[in-house]
Amino acid sequence: MTTVEVLFVLMGVLAVGSALLVALSTNLVHCALWLVVTLGALAGCYLLLAAEFVAWVQVLIYMGAVVVLLLFALMLTRAPIGRVPDLDGPNRVVAAIAGLATTAMLVVSFVAGFRGTRITVGADDIGSTHAVGATIFGSWVLPFELVSVVLLAALVGAIVLSRRRAAEVAD
Amino acid sequence: MPLLFPLVVSSALFGIGVYVVLARRHAVLVLMGVELMLNAVNLNLVAFDAWWHDTFDSGQVLALFVIAIAAAEIGLGLAIVLVVFRTHRHVDVDNLRELADRDAPDPERVAGASS
Repeated sequence: MTTVEVLFVLMGVLAVGSALLVALSTNLVHCALWLVVTLGALAGCYLLLAAEFVAWVQVLIYMGAVVVLLLFALMLTRAPIGRVPDLDGPNRVVAAIAGLATTAMLVVSFVAGFRGTRITVGADDIGSTHAVGATIFGSWVLPFELVSVVLLAALVGAIVLSRRRAAEVAD
Repeated sequence: MPLLFPLVVSSALFGIGVYVVLARRHAVLVLMGVELMLNAVNLNLVAFDAWWHDTFDSGQVLALFVIAIAAAEIGLGLAIVLVVFRTHRHVDVDNLRELADRDAPDPERVAGASS
């Protein structure tokens, strides 16, 4: 195995292991913090796959903004800080079966379809942020602008949802 | 690197996300499960982009779009969670059943439940 493969296996094990801790931890804040580890390991995976712009966007938006939003939501909903024994619903066995079945189905189909296929990351792939930026503002500029409209709509929607209560209090 | 490495990692992450969404009762944890599933999809997109050497960089650009949509989703989702907390004083998704489409409640059962 090459160095990149060893690093990728380490990052993948780290991501899956911390995701398992997100799924199994009985402490809400610990779940959010293990999610940070998962997202960071995935950013490392993106770097090893020569997608450095996606990796840094992942660090900025996911590990920065989304996790902070999740922690704020945990605080604002007065989530218990310590252990919560009944964090899982009564249907966790069914949920575990569904999750395992999904994973098994995906792995089987991927192995059937892509066994023996190799990714070759050449030297010209490294530092591809320039190329990604050129294609975003070239071929992908219309969907890119649409995404900005979607973000604006989500922003307005979040503000409207949050302000309705203030209007009711004023009445 | 074998293409199966990232694909197996993303399959495991997606399955864990399915488990989290289905099993957890706290609404913020359900949103975390959705984030795990979206990240699994992103890893697949980036892996296939690195394999295919697409001239349009479709995989990476679509991964960026997924990240943007996920940011919008998490903002709206948390706003909804906060509204639910203000109106119900809890965010237990197993007990949020008002939106269920069911027949008109039987008066005797309602009286029995409230007593």
